[in-house]
This record gives sequence, structure tokens and C-alpha cells, in this order.
Amino acid sequence: MSFAIAGSLDEALAALAVGARPIAGGTDLVVGARQGKAPLPASLVAIDRLDELAHIESRDRGIRIGAMVTHSQLMIDQMIVSGYTALADAAALVGSPSTRNIGTLGGNVMNASPAMDTGAPLMVLGAVAQLRSARGSRTVELSDLWTGPGQTSVETEELCVAIDLPPRPARSGSAYVRLEYRRAMEIAIVGAAASVTLADDGTILGGAVALSAVAPTIIEVDDAGALMTGHLPDAAAAAVATAASDVARPISDLRASDTYRRHTVGVMAARAVDAAARRAAGEEIGVPVNRAIGVGASR
Amino acid sequence: MTEPITLTVNGLDYPVDVDMGRNLLSVLRTEIGLTGTKEGCDDSECGACMVLLDDQPVNSCSYLALQAQGKSVTTIEGVMPADGLHAIQRSLLEEGGVQCGFCTPGIIMSTRALLDGNPSPSEEEIRIGLSGNLCRCTGYAKILAAVIRTASDN
Repeated sequence: MSFAIAGSLDEALAALAVGARPIAGGTDLVVGARQGKAPLPASLVAIDRLDELAHIESRDRGIRIGAMVTHSQLMIDQMIVSGYTALADAAALVGSPSTRNIGTLGGNVMNASPAMDTGAPLMVLGAVAQLRSARGSRTVELSDLWTGPGQTSVETEELCVAIDLPPRPARSGSAYVRLEYRRAMEIAIVGAAASVTLADDGTILGGAVALSAVAPTIIEVDDAGALMTGHLPDAAAAAVATAASDVARPISDLRASDTYRRHTVGVMAARAVDAAARRAAGEEIGVPVNRAIGVGASR
Repeated sequence: MTEPITLTVNGLDYPVDVDMGRNLLSVLRTEIGLTGTKEGCDDSECGACMVLLDDQPVNSCSYLALQAQGKSVTTIEGVMPADGLHAIQRSLLEEGGVQCGFCTPGIIMSTRALLDGNPSPSEEEIRIGLSGNLCRCTGYAKILAAVIRTASDN
């Protein structure tokens, strides 16, 4: 058993190269170990003090979110709230204030839960993951990153150091809506994120929709962009609802049946498209959209 | 295998020997003897174990003690002044926001962090600030009233 606190990214990568596993806030790793899901790795390297990974930066082409940025940071950051609002919607729903204070975006992405809240927003916003190891770096599309529940294509010596998001076109909006039974410490029953860009006449120019908790990984509704393009938001939302239910492959568990999930994910997708289109048109809808439009537990 | 570390709790340094898997809550209660922080669900759900880590509320049941090295830990014992009660404690008593009292230390830690960051929170902001703390006695209304009272007394 060994535990080290990395003082630099190079130190962290060197530890991973010889078999250590990274720990950030520990909100999945430690809770999972205490519940008996998986024992703590024999060797841990703490990466939560790497300030170089804890910033949200504007770049020439879009923004870079360091892997150690917390949910608490994401939900109030002006660049995220104004340009990448679906991600702020999701971050504000994660756990409770204490979870959001130490839980990180990198941790949420790499934990690869099919019910993760930040995943569907990242997917519709066109995010890619930046990976580093002692041997080099590479960029991975999210659709290639997640391979199953809790599983990724990332090598053990690689660390997710950042998530990059492309710039947003004019007249664009996004939203993440989650079906929930309570307002805190909840895991998505189902969830849906939508990104929409409007034409001058109010019809949809393009967009994307992705779903949480209805498949072994976060999934994109592949034909959502084509289904929405050229239509007014109401018609687009109805078409996306059907497509989302069709593409869903949910399981039944103690939180919901597969039938219920398949139906409600369509409802969430339609509401996400509606909220994203209203935001694209300039309407102010508060973060998280769940509270602003009254989805799920009302209080 | 244990490792000798120093934890800074309520402004004092405590040398302790801990296993890698040991949670902060158990070290606070068993090694340091600060038993005001409670163990409820042991699963990050209930908030009875809430402490402040660098002034932010964190569930100490699900946080490795080793990770708290070099950070400032505040427990309920560090909130109460030597000569009486903190304003949050007084408001909870006066509004009837305490019954069995088991959740109370955690409620106070979350309230302290909330009011330090936002001295005049709205009712919605208070509900969100306390959303990681369960209480099975009061029904929350009197806790909410106590936080509102503390804020308005400030």
C-alpha cells in the first residue's frame, strides 16, 4: 500500500507509469471502496493539488477545462454558464454541495458511469478528452473514450488532464434535463442534453442530443441533428423524443423499469431541446434548468 | 501499514498514524478524540459527518485522512466559541431546529460555510446549501427558520 501527493503533473505521470492509480476528490473511488464495490487500489497518487489542472481557460479555438475543475466551479463559471450552459446545468445537479466541492470533471468523465450527469452535455457540446502519460499525449473523442459501465479505452498509465470544447456558433443554446426522484444526492433515472443552433427565421440550423442512463455508456442520438434541422423547436422536440426512446437500450433496476426509462428519456430529450432552443433565442433560463422549469422533484 | 502524518484541525496540528484506507471521520473521532462529528450513513448521503476542508463542506466519512494533509480541517468543536454558543447554534435552539441532535453538527458546518460565502442567502439558496444534510426529526422547517434567523441577525 502506498499513497503519494503529486506536487507536479510530471510526478503524477511518473507514479502512474509504475502502477499507481489517481485519486482526485475520491467521491466515487472512496465511496465505492467503503461500499465494497471495489477495494482501494494498492497504490494511490493524489492529483487534487495540481493547480495547473484546476482552471477553465479561453483558447484560440474554444475553451479548455482542466480535469481538476470541480462541479462547484463549473456551475458558476461565466464562460460555462453563458456558452456551455448544459454543462453548468449538469454540474449543479451532481450530489450535494460537499460532493460538488471536491468532485472533479476529470473524475466524473473517467469514472465512466452511464448515469453520469456531465457526460451527455459534453457530448452534445463536441468535447474531446486530453490524455497525458509519461510517454506522450493524445486526444480522444468521448464516443471512443467510454466503452462500458465504469470502463474506458484509457491506458492505466494515462491521465485525463483536460476536456476541450469547441467555440459555440452564434444563436446557440444548450440544456441538460434529468429525471430525478429527489433534489440532492440523486443519480439520474434518465437524462438528456441538447445543443441547438437557430437560423434567423427561428428554425433549427443544427444541433445534437445525447442521453444518460439508458445504455451501457452515455449515447448520442445520431440522427438528432438531421431530425431537427429546418424545423421549428416544437416539431424538432417531438421528433427527437421519438428518436431518443427508439435508440435507448435501458435496463430495469430498483430505480426504474426499462419501459419507464425508455418513455421518460424521450420526454427529457424533448424538454432539453425546448430549453436549448429558448436559450439560443436569448431567453434567460436559470441554472440548473431542472429547477427553472420544474422537472423532477419540485422541492 | 500505517503512515505518520500531521493533520491540522481547528488550527492545531495533530500527529497521527493512519492506514491508507482510513477515512478522515474515523481519525477525527478515534485518534484525535473530537467526537462532535457523527457517523451516519458512512456513504456520503446523510451529511452527519460534515466538516470543513479549507472552508468548504466535505463528507469526512468518504474522504481519506491522508488526503487531508496540509489542508485546514474545521469540525463542530472549532465552531463553538469558548464562552458560549455560536449564533447558528443559538438560532437552532431558539427555533426548535434540534431534536435528537445527531444531524446538528453537520447542519451547523454546512450553514457556517453557506453564510461565510453568502451572508444573506435566499430560502432557495439555504435549501440548496443544506441539501447534503438529512434530518429525520424536525421536518426541516425549523432548521430553515434557524438559518434565516442567523442570517438576519448578522
